[in-house]
Amino acid sequence: MNRSTPGRLAGCLAAVMSLSLVAAGCGPGAKGSSKDITIGLITKTDTNPFFVKMKEGAEKEAKAKGVKLMTAAGKFDGDNASQVTAMENMIAAGVKGILIVPSDTKAIVPSLAKARAKDIDVIALDTPPDPQNSADALFATNNLTAGELIGKYAKSVEGGKPVKIAMLDLNPGITVGVLRHNGFLQGYGIKEGDPSIACSQYTAGDQAKGQTAMENCLQKEPGINLVYTINEPAALGAYTALKAAGKDKTTMIVSIDGGCTGVKAVQAGQIAATAQQYPLKMASQGVDSIVAWAKGGKKATGYTDTGVNLVTSKPQPGLASKDVQFGLANCWG
Amino acid sequence: MSETTDTTVAGPTEPARTVPSRLTRFAALPTVGPLAALILSCLFFWVFTDRFMTGGNLSLVVQQVMEVGTLAIGQTVVILTAGIDLSNGAVMAFGTIVMTRLAVTGGVPWPLAILLGVGVCAAFGALNGTLVTMARLPAFIVTLGTLNIAFALTHIYSKDQTVTGLPKALTALGQTFPLGNTDVTYGSVVMLAMFLIAWYVLRHTAAGRHVYAVGDNREAARLTGISTRRLLITVYTVAGAVYGVAGLLLVGRTAVGDPQAGQTDNLDSITAVVLGGVSLFGGRGSIVGVLFGALIVGVIRNGLQLMGVASIYQVLITGILVILAVGVDQLARRRRA
Repeated sequence: MNRSTPGRLAGCLAAVMSLSLVAAGCGPGAKGSSKDITIGLITKTDTNPFFVKMKEGAEKEAKAKGVKLMTAAGKFDGDNASQVTAMENMIAAGVKGILIVPSDTKAIVPSLAKARAKDIDVIALDTPPDPQNSADALFATNNLTAGELIGKYAKSVEGGKPVKIAMLDLNPGITVGVLRHNGFLQGYGIKEGDPSIACSQYTAGDQAKGQTAMENCLQKEPGINLVYTINEPAALGAYTALKAAGKDKTTMIVSIDGGCTGVKAVQAGQIAATAQQYPLKMASQGVDSIVAWAKGGKKATGYTDTGVNLVTSKPQPGLASKDVQFGLANCWG
Repeated sequence: MSETTDTTVAGPTEPARTVPSRLTRFAALPTVGPLAALILSCLFFWVFTDRFMTGGNLSLVVQQVMEVGTLAIGQTVVILTAGIDLSNGAVMAFGTIVMTRLAVTGGVPWPLAILLGVGVCAAFGALNGTLVTMARLPAFIVTLGTLNIAFALTHIYSKDQTVTGLPKALTALGQTFPLGNTDVTYGSVVMLAMFLIAWYVLRHTAAGRHVYAVGDNREAARLTGISTRRLLITVYTVAGAVYGVAGLLLVGRTAVGDPQAGQTDNLDSITAVVLGGVSLFGGRGSIVGVLFGALIVGVIRNGLQLMGVASIYQVLITGILVILAVGVDQLARRRRA
């Protein structure tokens, strides 16, 4: 047993040395830094391309403004505890402002209050906390508008023809999903419970689940010819199911997000149209706003719409839209 | 200090050699490795960030590990018996939803709500223990099953709604009291007290020694007259109750009842146990090391954040440390054999 001692100690030393190496390679120490403004960015996860783009926007803008940026994320969508920990650490690090995409819109509220009590500017990105005024400001896509855009587009293409609609939604009780869903219905000019809605399924915005949902919808109503999808992964899942059933040419898919994979699917004709949102803009405008306030300007309040555009390669008369080239130039992921 | 919580006895096969020096004996304690790693990581962040080594920040680190640290106490006891508990985070989440919903929408007085929350966790533990001993199912499978059951019950019972507007008493453990110039969270004290109790029971009571004996060799322990079944059921039940307390600490920390909570806590608590030098094969390791293991994770997360390093590197480093810790454990076992 005693013989293991050197091994154990060597192991610990190696552990700490590797730790030092990795850390030293990744970030400069705060000591001796002349930058006095630090901004924190907390996203839902590190892995979703939407948040990767958001981080990129924040990093670029922080560099341009000469301020320091700290980032953190939860381990999975809905991971409130990690976001709380990140907020505490950022408060301890003395940040001027925090940009956060709340994973759990209600559970994060007490932490937002703690930060604001320390005179930290708290801006929610993409998703409003519940209640919305528990953050100083919200920079986000108007998801109702996004839904409306593709609803109007679908109506314009279908005209007065009878349709059978499948709706591939997000998850029960998630605001973003509800807004997009309702926006689509408004844009198409129908109400919830309309007989043309043949099938509604939750997909969690996941490609595999989107495929399963579409397969089940086709079992229920083989005549489906219009598919609303909460996002592009769900849309591509639906496309795979439709193709397997030989209905991909006769069915129109509309979606929301504007990720690069999604815009390429629009280019390839798999998705007819998508409503593109701009995570990079949310983050860069957020950084700008905090810097302006920290330098003595006004604090941003209320809701700032970061814009949404209809992207399609088959524009409809009377409907403003952007082409695929624009979509690809501004896509994320 | 010469007595260790390690059950290793100098085997008859070991060659005779000179009496080890006091230093080597000290270094052989299972807690020395984790302690050294903890101290070195603290020193590292002390040098590289000016905000790390302050009372307030260190208190924050302890506060941030109180949930997973407490879960790791239950996990340690289970692992010492050569078991494993994959269900602890999910069971804890169910406990928090039970206590918060009962108190907020059920009109149940808060002491009873807490008791019932901890109670359902203990019941889950008892279920785990019963299935492991009576049905002779592997702990991995049993707790994988109860993980899913507890997860589903959490979401069914909560209707996926976060519980807010908690009575003050439920979040009291998230409040702080001043100690000198530093604000200390009550929950941190609770976690440290639970480690102290666990240390005492494991090291100074017959039941504690039996836990090690069962983990080292269940059959041999049975032959010496230990009721292994009763012991294992007790271990899992107590672990369940400890998860309930962890849930109460989580509620104090976040001030909500969150149905999404705890999803990675099973692996996070196992990480703390392994970093603490406890053998996953059972029968070997110290609960004090586990406290250091939990703190190491917290220190790295907090320190890297203060340095402005993205959180994904914390995950990377934790992964490296886990493999190193297990490697050291394997080395120790091989040399012992």
